[in-house]
Amino acid sequence: MSTPYAKLPGWVEYGLIPLVNLVVAFAVAGLVVLLVGESPLEAAYHMVNGAFGRGEYIGFTLYYATTFIFTGLAVAVAFHAGLFNIGGEGQAYVAGIGVALACLWLDRFMPWYVVFPVAILGASLFGAAWAFLPGWFQAKRGSHIVITTIMFNFIAASLMNYMLNRVLKPLGSMSLETRTFEAGGQLPRLDWLMSIFGLSVGTAPFNVTFLLALAASFGVWVLIWRTKLGYEMRTMGHSPSAARYAGIKEARIIVITMMISGALAGMMALNPIMGETYRMQLDFVQGAGFVGIAVALMGRSHPAGIIPAAILFGVLYQGGAEIAFEMPSISRDMIVIIQGLVILFAGALEHMFRPAITRAVLAFSGRGRTQAAVKGA
Amino acid sequence: MGELAIELKGIDKSFGLVHANKDINLKVRKGTIHGIIGENGAGKSTLMSILYGFYQADRGEILVDGRAIDIRDPNTAITAGIGMVHQHFMLVENFTVLENVMLGAEESWILNAGISKARAELKRLEREYALDVNPDAVIEELPVGLQQRVEILKALYRKADILILDEPTGVLTPAEADHLFRILEQLKAQGKTIILITHKLREIMAITDEVSVMRRGEMVATRETAKTSVEELAELMVGRRVLLRVEKGEAHPGDVKLSVKNLTVRDSRGVTMVDDVSFELRAGEIVGIAGVAGNGQSELLEAISGIRRAVSGNVHLGGEAIDVTGHADPAELRRRGLAHVPEDRHHVGLVLKFEESENAILGYHDDPKYRKGFVLDIDAIRADAEANIQKYDIRPPNARLKTANFSGGNQQKIVLAREMERDPDVLIIGQPTRGVDVGAIEFIHKRIIEMRDQGKAVLLVSVELDEIRALSDRILVMFAGRVVGERKPDASEGDLGLLMAGVEGPKEAAE
Repeated sequence: MSTPYAKLPGWVEYGLIPLVNLVVAFAVAGLVVLLVGESPLEAAYHMVNGAFGRGEYIGFTLYYATTFIFTGLAVAVAFHAGLFNIGGEGQAYVAGIGVALACLWLDRFMPWYVVFPVAILGASLFGAAWAFLPGWFQAKRGSHIVITTIMFNFIAASLMNYMLNRVLKPLGSMSLETRTFEAGGQLPRLDWLMSIFGLSVGTAPFNVTFLLALAASFGVWVLIWRTKLGYEMRTMGHSPSAARYAGIKEARIIVITMMISGALAGMMALNPIMGETYRMQLDFVQGAGFVGIAVALMGRSHPAGIIPAAILFGVLYQGGAEIAFEMPSISRDMIVIIQGLVILFAGALEHMFRPAITRAVLAFSGRGRTQAAVKGA
Repeated sequence: MGELAIELKGIDKSFGLVHANKDINLKVRKGTIHGIIGENGAGKSTLMSILYGFYQADRGEILVDGRAIDIRDPNTAITAGIGMVHQHFMLVENFTVLENVMLGAEESWILNAGISKARAELKRLEREYALDVNPDAVIEELPVGLQQRVEILKALYRKADILILDEPTGVLTPAEADHLFRILEQLKAQGKTIILITHKLREIMAITDEVSVMRRGEMVATRETAKTSVEELAELMVGRRVLLRVEKGEAHPGDVKLSVKNLTVRDSRGVTMVDDVSFELRAGEIVGIAGVAGNGQSELLEAISGIRRAVSGNVHLGGEAIDVTGHADPAELRRRGLAHVPEDRHHVGLVLKFEESENAILGYHDDPKYRKGFVLDIDAIRADAEANIQKYDIRPPNARLKTANFSGGNQQKIVLAREMERDPDVLIIGQPTRGVDVGAIEFIHKRIIEMRDQGKAVLLVSVELDEIRALSDRILVMFAGRVVGERKPDASEGDLGLLMAGVEGPKEAAE
């Protein structure tokens, strides 16, 4: 039949199933911790405490989440048009140039609120440009976007190496980074937002980029579900033959979608560069582009799902760092295992428990109905 | 009454608010062909899915050969001797016939033993039921008629005594359908029981022994086929009297709206699908293109509507040329007054995952009336969709429902409403009633004739010869990519059949 599983209520589809997947992922991660000879409960405590225990920790969690929202949105937008953009990593990396140039140019004589929009523009342009080429190759030459975007990640890494070595590094400096920006290149932290909840952000680099990420999420929702372009993207994503029938120009949509996707990935660069280090460093993306794939998968490519998914990965990053710090026998790599398990159960195996849950829910609601009927009679 | 192969007692099934099967009772006698008819959405498929274990009934009992069986999944059904031939074949396209038949019944992790056993068994089945198919042929290279035979073989290989066929003739040519019926007769003669789900009354009359009629989830009647009539069955199905043949006045052809000259189209492999086709289509007439599926009709429609690039030829729409060999743009053709109801509504005419209102603007989403600033005017879109739902009686009347959840007939109405309500000059329609129920067919046929009477030029492609004859003012017959003849609609079926078969070499002999 056309639907292998019965349609489930929203709270099951978007609440219970992801939750079960997550619990299983953590349970298996607990086993791994046990295997190393540490207490899973202690690890869990450090994870939760490390992510939420203090205002500062929450600040870090949300700082990471900000990054992942951008890369998650980037992947999601491409998904809707049936494109799998694995190049968020490279697009974000190259977009760093746009941010750095805006800051290096304006930071000494302009306030942050002037520099920030310019930097947003720079990040978007460079990110979009880096996604344009794979999109164009796919549209015109049929080169598969998965392959080309992966390749472009490597090219981006080499390019940035060169840029930081030869172009953007101040004379006489030994480290591969730009100079530190002046006040105009430093984004304000969101102390006021945290203080509403009676929390202090402390040293956490939780900054206004977070608000930009929320705005971008809303923007993506509007784009996908409320604009003609989004309609055309979704048509193409669901059915290329229907898109052709409707007169939607495939090549155009591919290129535009990839550029939007690249621009979103690119905005991620604002967060670490202007929000934390106030300079562009080598390898500042640190895999966030790939985490975005998991975030988009978990968030079902919908902004309302991507934001919580990004926060979850923020917890994993921040809480994970705390575990590594508090429990020396658990290394950073262990955290990567836990993240991997979350991706495995929430992304790759997301339908594993669906049949069982469907049966349970149907049995339960069926019983509820019969009882109601009995009462009614 | 003879022995019962199947007995259903009080089967009840709901999907959320939809009560798909209401307290269904059904008795199917052993060794008979039992037809189940009903409109799309009447609950036939749900009932059969329960019998085959895809769904579980909320209430009720299933007896197979007099024994109550709890059918939890298709495997239980297969063990109980029930086989199913689906409307959309469940075959692995790049596997051979043999591999498909064995699939899921390999019996060992080493294939060799299974292969020789399957080959022997296929030989036997072939002899016994005249189901000859080359076991080493690859599925995708077989015509649909033979693919269906493989589905039947699959069921028989699994020792099915009761065979359920879901709309088996929907994809077949008349000749293939006749052949299928001969096979079914053969199976019946060997003592198999056959349940035939269909909405085609002629088939029911031609082949079944008994027929049960479903309407809106209920089993409304069971009749002995010999003692009923097409009219009675149609009335039982729809719940009111149905006109099986639409009333149609004289055509009053006007100016040429669409002219096609020497059009040649090749497919992606370079095979010529449309070969030097020329014809004219005038305002206020319906030109029907008859032909066995796969003789170039699909490619002809695609080329005219700008979806597929032609190799050579000229097409003029309302006197102006369409760049069919270059970059004809379907969106622009729509603006120039060409509406197109594509043959394949599932993959081309609709996006099944969209909600109804989103499909109601597919291809017309550029229209400024659906724009508010730079976002889509959702209210305007839904208002239009709801107007169409009213006018075309699309059920359920919910513009926000996912399109996949509408029945075939209602999906087709969504497409028709979208294309017809734009007041086009030229309307191209492919397979207007494929997989559509009787009640809806009447409605759709009436609308098509109304369009003609309003002075639209209608080009109709259908593999249903009855439909072509009922609607067309002129009939062109296509064979092997060429238009091999033109006839009046009162031409005899035999005459048209001969043309469709390409006159000199009847295709049937090749099989």
